[in-house]
Amino acid sequence: MRSILKHVVGYSFCISSLLGILAAEERSARLVMSELIMASGDEQTALIEEIESYGDPVIAEIYQAWRTGGIYTLKSNTDLLLLEFTAQQEWVLVADGELVSLAEGDVAKVKKERAKRSVRKLMKGIIDTLGLKATDASVRIDSAIKMGRSQKLEFVPALEARLIVETSSEVKEAVKEALAISLLKNGNADQKLTAVKDLAAMKSIAARGFIDEVLLDEQEASRGTEPLAEASANALLVIEEHLKIMEFLGSFFRGFSTGSVLLIVSFGLAITFGLMGIINMAHGEFVAIGGYTTYMVQTFFINTWGLSSETFGWYFVISLPLSFLAAAGIGLLLEKTVIRFLYRRPLESLLCTWGISMVMQQGFRLIFGAANVQVNNPTWLMGNLSLGGFSMSYTRLFIMFIALLVVILTWLLLRKTNLGLHIRAVMQNRGMASSLGIPVARVNSMTFALGCGLAGLGGSVLSQIGNVGPLMGQQYIVDSFMVVVIGSVGNLLGAGISAMGIGLVDQLLQPSLGPVMGKITVFFVIILFLQWRPGGLFPTRSRSLED
Amino acid sequence: MLTAENKKEIGIFGLVACLLMLIPGLNAWGPDGGLFAVSSFQVSLWGKYLTYAILAMSLNLLWGYTGLLCLCQSLFFALGGYAMGMYLMLMIGDRGAYQSDLPDFMVFLGYQELPFHWVPFNNFWFATGAVLWVPGLVALIFGFLAFRSRIKGVYFSILTQALTYAVCLLFFRNDFTFGGNNGFTDFKDILGYSLNDSGTTRGLYIASALLLLTTYLITSGLLASKLGKVQQAIRDSENRVLFSGYSTTSFKLVIFILSAMIAGAAGALYVPQVGGINPSLMEAAKSLEVVVWVAVGGRGTKWGPVIGAILVNMFKSYTTQAFPDYWLIIMGSMFVLVVLFMPDGIVGVYKQVKSKIAQKRSLQIEEA
Repeated sequence: MRSILKHVVGYSFCISSLLGILAAEERSARLVMSELIMASGDEQTALIEEIESYGDPVIAEIYQAWRTGGIYTLKSNTDLLLLEFTAQQEWVLVADGELVSLAEGDVAKVKKERAKRSVRKLMKGIIDTLGLKATDASVRIDSAIKMGRSQKLEFVPALEARLIVETSSEVKEAVKEALAISLLKNGNADQKLTAVKDLAAMKSIAARGFIDEVLLDEQEASRGTEPLAEASANALLVIEEHLKIMEFLGSFFRGFSTGSVLLIVSFGLAITFGLMGIINMAHGEFVAIGGYTTYMVQTFFINTWGLSSETFGWYFVISLPLSFLAAAGIGLLLEKTVIRFLYRRPLESLLCTWGISMVMQQGFRLIFGAANVQVNNPTWLMGNLSLGGFSMSYTRLFIMFIALLVVILTWLLLRKTNLGLHIRAVMQNRGMASSLGIPVARVNSMTFALGCGLAGLGGSVLSQIGNVGPLMGQQYIVDSFMVVVIGSVGNLLGAGISAMGIGLVDQLLQPSLGPVMGKITVFFVIILFLQWRPGGLFPTRSRSLED
Repeated sequence: MLTAENKKEIGIFGLVACLLMLIPGLNAWGPDGGLFAVSSFQVSLWGKYLTYAILAMSLNLLWGYTGLLCLCQSLFFALGGYAMGMYLMLMIGDRGAYQSDLPDFMVFLGYQELPFHWVPFNNFWFATGAVLWVPGLVALIFGFLAFRSRIKGVYFSILTQALTYAVCLLFFRNDFTFGGNNGFTDFKDILGYSLNDSGTTRGLYIASALLLLTTYLITSGLLASKLGKVQQAIRDSENRVLFSGYSTTSFKLVIFILSAMIAGAAGALYVPQVGGINPSLMEAAKSLEVVVWVAVGGRGTKWGPVIGAILVNMFKSYTTQAFPDYWLIIMGSMFVLVVLFMPDGIVGVYKQVKSKIAQKRSLQIEEA
């Protein structure tokens, strides 16, 4: 109750400031909304006018609650409290958004506040155009395009007004595009013609369907040869062309990002399989370990700091090394207990690790449940980077960055450190390395742990674009093996190139063949490739005949 | 002339044949209750185990005797199964849910008439032929490409696994005219005999048992022949065989095709006894399971795969019922332990123990 009193004091202060309306310029949207709800008659009209200049999405939220009866007043002895009952069944003070815990007696005393019809009418226009005033430029762009696509006449003034005050050139473009699309329906013949020409100049993909409609209308009215129809047909051609280029670029980009995912997953495999000769069928489960580690770190962050806090965004940064360490640790344990008996028996290692993968899969199910778990993107990975009208998601860009990082770090480790030297020596000739005093057993453990750790890192990255579940690694395992075979076993550079190649071919084939036929074609291309180069891209030259 | 070894082998073969016939015999003429009662369900269950055993034998031919760890055996098995399934689907006639001459899934997907490649499957003998030549053809094409470019060892395993994966994806598609992920089911009869009949169940079981015995004879005959000798030499050192002037490619190809056909035939007998088929049968994991059966039983031994397939599957049925949450863990750990401690499988345990004892004895003698 004491905490409520504190709010009451603060709130009554606000009420008193309400008497001198417009006293403060920089009042929060919440405050103005709370005043609006409490005010009446002309005061309300004035406040609605004031709200028009705000772009805070909280206005829409509060208004929605007000309209649907989620706003209550509570009369305490001295003051009047304005509260919102949220979807989470909590009471929130409208004026500053803070949580309030109500006593049971108070809950019984609350009174519902409803918006009057006149207010609703005025507010609707404001809410619909709210997005145009948002602080986030991408929200403004989305909202402008949405308003344009609706082709509603009532949005035209708001869009025109925005065009004048808008400072960002990107948003300006979007608003212009939206206006032109809107004019396609609402303008007169001349306006339509300029709009079509503008849209063609902008290569607006969003406008394609609308220009098509204009063209059809013109043809129906048997004006198929007039300038408007011709301009529309021309504009459609230009836009189609542009769309094709964009789609091709899109496949290219997706190809690189698929390749990067494959690369991260298969690099670990290239180390365990390529360098050590161990066929790790449980590699996919190490990927899953990475995914689940990320999930656990996320859960820890949510429980400690909350989902919407600033700190939450850092969980992913922390989970990357932790996933690596977790997978590497379990890999180390596995190497010590099972794998070290199998170094001379590659086919048996396949069976054994398959058994291990069954155990691990069921282990995940028992610990985390059979269903996929939810991993959220941190806010800094949301959204797209837009380059000349071509947008790339930050997540995918980040994956490419990590892939590059993995390549560089692994290369440095293998070429520039003592451990790397030992690893290469052991891989080339185990007996010789051992007789030269290299601790073979330890190097083996470290190498296997490194391979598993990379798988875990891959799992952590994958959690941002796919599901995290007991079978998450399975879908990559066959592809990853192919990557290693194509890139020549034991050759990390080859693995990198073949991962990118397979990713690109896969994504470039997909638009025309569909995902399944695309995959099957890739497989047959691989078989044919091996006819041409049986040893892969970079076969090891060796005089030994041993298989 | 029969050597003592031969006599022993013939004796075991006869004993196994008698044991196999015991099950349908007890089902037909045995008592209704008690220890010796065998229900029709059990007959078809054992029939299923026998087809698994044949599948394991076909893999053993490749892995145990030629050194090729093939991970597309379940693909051949499923291809044979699908060929037989197509015949069984057409035999349903208009007794399906939609009462159309077309199989139910085709009606559901809006087909107007039977696709052309389905038409010949109205004939039982054509279907039986397809059971053999379809897997054989796939094996011929893939094997030719793989062996020609000297893909061997682990790479062969990985490529065969990818092949299985690719074809499996294909069969999961609805527009591939093989029923998509639901596959075929609801069979009614085979050659005019109802599948629900206990007589048909026994007949299918006996056919499986005969196929198993035939496969055994083929394997034995092959191993005794020159082809078999070259085959085992390839397993032990392919390069030496190659340098001695043998075209290992053709030898491996012949055995690969033979093994695919045997697997296909086993699949064809599997489908009517289980009552359905869908693409999950050819998932990559299934092929690995077959490898495990062979490994558990004893690779490179004549009866090992049979013992392995039956024991592992019985154990699997038991654990899935008794410990639904833990059976994967139990099975997985079992594979690990078998690989680590029983490299020659169950059949090899006797030898392993004997050599251990002999070792100990010689040590004791030395000490004394």
